[in-house]
Amino acid sequence: MITKEDVEHIGWLARIEISEQETVEYMEKLNSVLGYFGQLDELPTEDVAPTYHVAEIYNVFREDVVEECLPQEVVLANTEHKQDGAFRVPKIG
Amino acid sequence: MAKWMSVAQVKEKIEENSAEEVTAQYLEVIGKSKINGYITVSEKALEQAKKIDAEGHNGPLAGVPIAIKDNISVVGLPNSCGSKILEGYIPPFNAHVIEKLLAAGAVILGKTNMDEFAMGSSTETSYFGPTANPWDRERVPGGSSGGSAAVVAAGEAPFALGSDTGGSVRCPAAFCGVVGLKPTYGSVSRYGVVAYANSLEQVGPLANNVTDIAVLMDVIAGYDHKDSTSIDSKIEYQKALVEDVKGLKIGVPKEFFGEGIHPDVEKAVWNAIHKCEDLGASWEEVSMPHIKYALASYYIIAMSEASSNLARFDGTRYGYRASGENWHAMVSKTRAEGFGTEVKRRILLGTYALSAGYHDKYYLKALKVRTLVKQDFDRALSKVDVLMAPTMPNPAFKIGEKIEDPLTLYLSDVNTCPINLAGVPSLSVPCGFTDGLPIGLQIMGKPFDEPAVLRAAYTFEQNTDYHTKRPSEVA
Repeated sequence: MITKEDVEHIGWLARIEISEQETVEYMEKLNSVLGYFGQLDELPTEDVAPTYHVAEIYNVFREDVVEECLPQEVVLANTEHKQDGAFRVPKIG
Repeated sequence: MAKWMSVAQVKEKIEENSAEEVTAQYLEVIGKSKINGYITVSEKALEQAKKIDAEGHNGPLAGVPIAIKDNISVVGLPNSCGSKILEGYIPPFNAHVIEKLLAAGAVILGKTNMDEFAMGSSTETSYFGPTANPWDRERVPGGSSGGSAAVVAAGEAPFALGSDTGGSVRCPAAFCGVVGLKPTYGSVSRYGVVAYANSLEQVGPLANNVTDIAVLMDVIAGYDHKDSTSIDSKIEYQKALVEDVKGLKIGVPKEFFGEGIHPDVEKAVWNAIHKCEDLGASWEEVSMPHIKYALASYYIIAMSEASSNLARFDGTRYGYRASGENWHAMVSKTRAEGFGTEVKRRILLGTYALSAGYHDKYYLKALKVRTLVKQDFDRALSKVDVLMAPTMPNPAFKIGEKIEDPLTLYLSDVNTCPINLAGVPSLSVPCGFTDGLPIGLQIMGKPFDEPAVLRAAYTFEQNTDYHTKRPSEVA
């Protein structure tokens, strides 16, 4: 069971501000879904390997050569918050 | 001009008249739309068509218009993903599939509505409002590629691209009475497609008929070095359009006909299986004992991947930004105001499933169950060529009916999401109606055996007339 404190903690980890009222709503809905997920507990899986993805390919590399990339002004075009060729954000702490 | 045309018919019209005229006619139909299928209609479509007329009609799709789901990047067109958080964002690059389409001469009509970040089965979670089902405008078109399926069903595009993470192409195809394919994982590049759950999703085509699915796959499939999960299967999809199922072995997994299935859906799917039998195929029941755990496994994996993938939406480089006294406050407010409720719920659940103390209980457990589900598919498909089952256990539901309770909505993906866990190809083709609402037959195959799936679907389609039926309301 997820508690109100858990919801607040997850909200902080996910960087989503959650109001007092929303905390209760989320707690109820998340617990209902987690209750459903709990059915997996009945399945023994000690000897089963996890599947992260199904494509049977691993460690895909390309040659280490410089390729053409997007110009800086194009990359910065989607925000008003920029300065000296960089993204501008409020101070961290 | 007929409202519903196959790609071959569209190409004939282009030769008779011009790409410009054909595009103009589609834009006129879109202008009168009552279904809210498009988020953006391209202002450059006519210009693009004119250019193709001027250059001569080169390429397999020269001048053929297409609709694109709004999570697939097209230079110069907004890419909203049905979300407020991408407000104002215009991609500076094309998705690989768009490069392929443009090289083939296709004209992009616009970007279609979808559940926010493809999280939903009804297109109701879109920031731009729900899309209506052309067969009954009080009902959902399915989702998350609801806009793409609905515009094809309503004759607002000859075909479209969607994306399928847990059924997002096949569900709306079934609900809107069109054909939709979720290709084998790795067949189609995901470069430039906004990721929701990248180990599960593939771009897939939606069309009025099986032939056009193959036409589109021949253009968009293939290796792309920008997608590290891309695999070159070298399949020639149109060559698989063979009207013959003699000797084809069909498996019928009884777990896909579970509790709560609509009796008319069950009947229509069995009729389809018997139709294939009449045409020379054989069928046998197969058992896939872990299917009942697939839904929980799917949602844990999808939400976990989403919590990581959607971390990039932080108001820093593009889209909506709220103000805050420091970076953490700015990001937390931006995400609180920019994401809709369902997206936030999934990010929170995914964050929880990956967090210290719960990773093994939820995420790792789900990955292990994924292995068991995949083994069920391997086992079943070692004995038969294809599996047949209902795409959706029920026909399209009413707008607003399920949106309040997330778990009820998740349960509607019970027959589609196991396929994404296993990565196999799966196609939905119209196989009947109940109270005027379309029913979809789901045909699943071995990895990279789209040819068997297409052959079965094509033969069924050529020997039935479900795909010729059109919704009267928008006809």
